[in-house]
This record gives sequence, structure tokens and C-alpha cells, in this order.
Amino acid sequence: MSWAGKILRVNLTQGSCTTEALNRQWAQEYLGQRGLATKYLVEEIDPKVDPLSPENKMIMTTGPLTGTMAATSGRYSVVTKGPLTNCVACSNSGGFIGAEMRFAGWDMIIFEGKSPKPVYLYIVNDKAELLSAEEIWGTSVWHTDEWLHAKHQDPMLRIAAVGRSAEAGCLYAAVVNDLHRAAGRSGVGTVMASKNLKAVAIRGTNGVANVKDFGKFMQAVNDGKKVLADNAVTGQGLPTYGTQVLMNVINEMGALPTRNMREVQFEGANKVSGEAMHESRPSDGKPNLTTNAGCFGCTIACGRISTIDRGHFSIENKPEYWGSSGGLEYEAAWALGPDTGVDDLDALTYVNFLCNEDGFDPISFGATLAAAIELFKEGAITTEHTGGHELAFGSAESLVWGAETLVSGEGFGKDLGLGSKRLCEKYGRPELSMTVKGQEFPAYDPRGIQGMGLAYATSNRGACHLRGYTVASEILGIPEKTDPLETTGKAGLVKAFQDATAAVDSSGLCLFTTFAWSLEDIAPQVDGACEGDWSAERLAELGERIWNMERDFNLRAGLTAADDTLPKRLLKEAAKTGPAEGRVNDLDKMLPEYYELRGWSAEGVPTDETRQRLGLS
Amino acid sequence: MAYLPPGASDNAVSVRLDEGATIFDLMDSHQVPREQAHLVVCNGLFVPPSQREGYRLQDGDVVALWPPVAGG
Ligand code: SF4
Repeated sequence: MSWAGKILRVNLTQGSCTTEALNRQWAQEYLGQRGLATKYLVEEIDPKVDPLSPENKMIMTTGPLTGTMAATSGRYSVVTKGPLTNCVACSNSGGFIGAEMRFAGWDMIIFEGKSPKPVYLYIVNDKAELLSAEEIWGTSVWHTDEWLHAKHQDPMLRIAAVGRSAEAGCLYAAVVNDLHRAAGRSGVGTVMASKNLKAVAIRGTNGVANVKDFGKFMQAVNDGKKVLADNAVTGQGLPTYGTQVLMNVINEMGALPTRNMREVQFEGANKVSGEAMHESRPSDGKPNLTTNAGCFGCTIACGRISTIDRGHFSIENKPEYWGSSGGLEYEAAWALGPDTGVDDLDALTYVNFLCNEDGFDPISFGATLAAAIELFKEGAITTEHTGGHELAFGSAESLVWGAETLVSGEGFGKDLGLGSKRLCEKYGRPELSMTVKGQEFPAYDPRGIQGMGLAYATSNRGACHLRGYTVASEILGIPEKTDPLETTGKAGLVKAFQDATAAVDSSGLCLFTTFAWSLEDIAPQVDGACEGDWSAERLAELGERIWNMERDFNLRAGLTAADDTLPKRLLKEAAKTGPAEGRVNDLDKMLPEYYELRGWSAEGVPTDETRQRLGLS
Repeated sequence: MAYLPPGASDNAVSVRLDEGATIFDLMDSHQVPREQAHLVVCNGLFVPPSQREGYRLQDGDVVALWPPVAGG
């Protein structure tokens, strides 16, 4: 069983909370979390709906293994139609609130409509109610968290909230939970704020019941934990160095997008690297990194907790930032650092704190600021637009000012909240936007890692590394090393990663386990916990079904094969240095084969045969 | 980081090697345990474990070594 079997439906327009039984048939076909919630979404909304209208829905969802004894079982997702991309959006987060939702007895919460006034959802086990959030509207996530804990006098309350950026309409606002974990991408937080929903606060005391075969499940869970502990990457690499260790690796390999992706190597990479986070600062003798941290049930603990030098210009007069908080992950560090040309580690960390405090995606913010800086350099944006502020690559002041202005939601902050695509369109230079389907790129240049170009172009939520992380194979050699500069075989590699990822994202487990686990390690855990027979093959097929369902939604929303592309810069302007020097991304060599392998027409549409094979109507 | 030779700054150091030295020779001469170097990159290109023993370095080559790492 393992699913709680219960959904909470919250109609914000009417202010009602009702309980429904989970559709068990769908659970067999889509498992949970990303797959199952997307199934609900595509069944319940018109794909053409305006993402910020009351007609859009937002689903907070767990997987069947969320909250169980399985390693990394703290995951939940927020699924909706995204305002940044106009595509299906599904953002995954760790921390503790996902498990808490299961402890309270819920598989998912479906939010519909729009509340007439700001509210938050308060859940204690099976009791759910909407309460006034008027007092905390207009405040940060951190303030909201503190206020709710104080109000309910419950330190164990788990909270997910949106901050001021979401309220101000920033199109890449996140839902932040447990202070510094975030369902970060595609603007899921903007949708939440558009519904006048400030926060979700959950307390669950029941634990997860319903595990199908407890003995078998625990055996599989223990086997899985051993694999994670024995594996060099998940056992030592990630806990010690975090994801940020990739900074120097990717730079060395000539795939670190720099200054709005104009270059592929950053001279200051080492200064903002995972290694630098360990080093004592000359100013105060302390390192940036304070400790590592884990999400619920995690035996890897890749998270970073950092402290900024009190004398740093960004915080010297702001004692509220003198404590430690969620530090830099690789993607955030890249977007705030190399992509803006800034090599000041503490400035990056401060802006990362702001991303957590006020809930906005550091990847999209950094990349949007990088585009703004290039527009400024080109004269398309001037000090008239910025209220007198100069924007420059490499300027930590520009970075800090940009983030603070975004949070204020005023003046040029509104422009920065548009995201790179709309910003570049507004200022007449759409070609300077480094986005796919409206979403900003993460930290791998597809000129130096060819497979990632295909992964970005075909990702169902726009440019994203978490929909098919072929970096694992192309750079890190997991599960097998492939040549990052080669295009042959990448179509199959991308498809395999996309399908497997969709399955993992539907289970309640963290994708980072797949540096050590394959679906062969995950299937026995699902099989021990969930009704039905679950094999690796079944999970891969389920992943493929989910991928095609998401694709279908996007096509019905109005996207076409023409959207499966990359910015001209990556297709036409060759890398200037490093191993990929002289190379562009050869997307056209991979895309037709990819469509064929997917069982799609030359126009990128799933054929009837493919639909039938996957049981899609 | 624990195996960085004295005199390293910014996690890098210039070294002199004998003519024809290999990547393993380089690691051995700086007491870097072979099993600790999971990712070995020469001039930005990955050197698979099977080739590290026989990979002869040239003047000006840049070699980078990492323990088991990943990210995302
Ligand atoms: S590996 Fe990292 S992100 Fe994943 S659950 Fe563990 S701490 Fe969280």
C-alpha cells in the first residue's frame, strides 16, 4: 500500500478543505509525487490556462516512499502550470515538510481557485483549516516561519512559504520549506502567491503506516543504504564537498558558462568553488562553510550550511545575516558567480541567503541578472532604467543591489523579476536571453557537454539539469563514461536519463541517490512498500509514460517542436577556450534520433502507437 | 585538498618532472594515493583509470585530480 490513500483538496475561493480517496488505479500507473500529481493536474486543468489565474491548480505532493525508513525519503514536489515557461512545472524539494505531510496522513494537497484574502493552510494530522495570513503578507519566508512557530507554539511545525518576491510577481519565485530548502524552479512560488496562499504549516504525529511487506521493505532499504555508504561519491564525496566541488571540475573541462554564456571558462572559478568554501578567510580566519546538513532520512547529507564574514560589505550593518544558514549549492553558486562574472564568495552566499529568505530561484535570478548586465553593456539598458545604478560583469555590488532590488519588487526589480526571456524581449534583444522555453540554463555549457544540449532542448520544464543529468555520464563517468564532445549515442543516453529521473522523482526519494543507485536498487524498495509488483523495467516504463504525459500537456498548451531548441549563441558562437574550443552544440545531429527513439513523429508528437504502448489516452 | 603539495596556492602548483613521466609518476611523487583520485583530467580531457599509468606528460600540461565527487 504505502500510499496514505488520502488527498486533501483545498478550494481557496470557497475556503473549504475536503478529503478524497487517492485514485489507486492512477497510483499503479504513475506511482506518486511528480508522476501522479501531474496526472491529476493534466486531468483537472485546461493546458491553455493562464498559470497565474485562479483556474490553474497547484499540487503539493509526496511519493509513496516519502517519510518512510528509506534513505533520502524527505522529498516532495510542487506541481502546477508554470508562469515562467507556460509548461508543466514540477519542482522537487527536500527538507522535512514532505515527511511531515505523510505523518499527518496525506499523499497530496490540491489547491484550486484563489482566496479573497491572504491565508495559510494549517494541518494537524487529519484536521486542516485555512487561517488568515494578513498579518504576514508582505513579509519574508523567514519571518513567516518564525511567526507561525510562535503563533502555534509548536517548534516541530514544518512550514513551506512564499516570500516577498512571489508576492511582487517575480516569475521565478520558489516555495521555500524548512527555511532553506526550496521547490525552486519554474515559478511555482509565483503560482502559490497568485492564489493568496502564503504558507502551508503541517504537524503530523502518526508516522507512515501501510508498508506492504515490512520485512522485505526493510531488507531492501538496508541494502540500499549500504550501497550509498560504500559508494565513493555518495559515501564520501557529496557529504564532504557538496555539489559545489563541481565548480573547478566543470571549469577545467571547459563547460562553465561564463558572463551570460559568452565564454565557457571563468578565471575566478576557484575563488567561488567548493574548495574555497573550506578555506579560512584572510579577513576573519574562518571558512565560509560551517557544516554539512541532510534532509529528512538522508544518509548522504550533501547540504551546505555557511556563515558570511561579518565585515563583508553586504552584511556589515545587518546583524540578521551574521548567523549561519543554507549555503551555496553548485547551481546557485554558478548562476550568482561565473554567469555574472562575480568571484566574491561571501557576496554569492549573501545573495543565496536572500533567495532563501524571500523565495526566489538563484539559477533564474543569476542568469537574468547576467542578461541584464549584457543588455547594459550593449546600451539597451541604461542608468535611466536602473535608477542610476551601473551594471557590470564582475561587480559584486551589482549582484547584491540586483537581489535587494528584486526583493523590493520596485523599479528595476520588477524587470529583473520577469526572467531573462521577457527582460531581453522588453529591451529589444531577445537573442541575449539564455533560456529554453522561457527558463534559464543551469551550470553546464552544452558546447562542452553535448548531451546536455539535447537534454535542455527537450526538457519538459525548459532548460534544466534535473530532467536528464547526462553530466553524470559525460563528465563524472556514472554509470559509464561517455565523451562529452561526442554526439553519437547521446539521444539514447538522454532518453534513458529522462525516463529514470521521472521514475525517481515519483518515488519520494532524492535524485542524488542515483550517483550510486540504479532503478535496480530502487525497485525492491518500492516493491517492499507498495501494492503491486515493481521491477526496474516497470519503473523505467513508468518514467517514459510520465515523460510523454508531460510532453502531451505542453503540446496542448501550445508548444511545438520549434520550442525544442537552444539560444543561437550556443548553436552558432563557438566556445573560445578549453577542450571544446571551436565547438558549438550540435543539436541538429541528436534531435531527430531522439524523436525517433521516443516514438514521436518528426514534429515531435507522440505517435498513436507510442501512446498505446504506454497506456496514454 | 589534504594532498596538496607545499607551496600550492589556489589549489594549484607548478611542478618539474623527469622526461617521460606519467600521471601515476606525478601522483606518486606527491604522495597522492592512486585510489583517492577518482577524476583525473589532463588539459581538460578525462583520462580513464586504465590509461593513467601509461599517460606520458608533456611540458606545459595541466593535470587536475579530484576525489569522488558529484553534484547537480
Ligand atoms: S542527498 Fe542532499 S538533497 Fe538529497 S536528500 Fe540528502 S541532503 Fe537532501
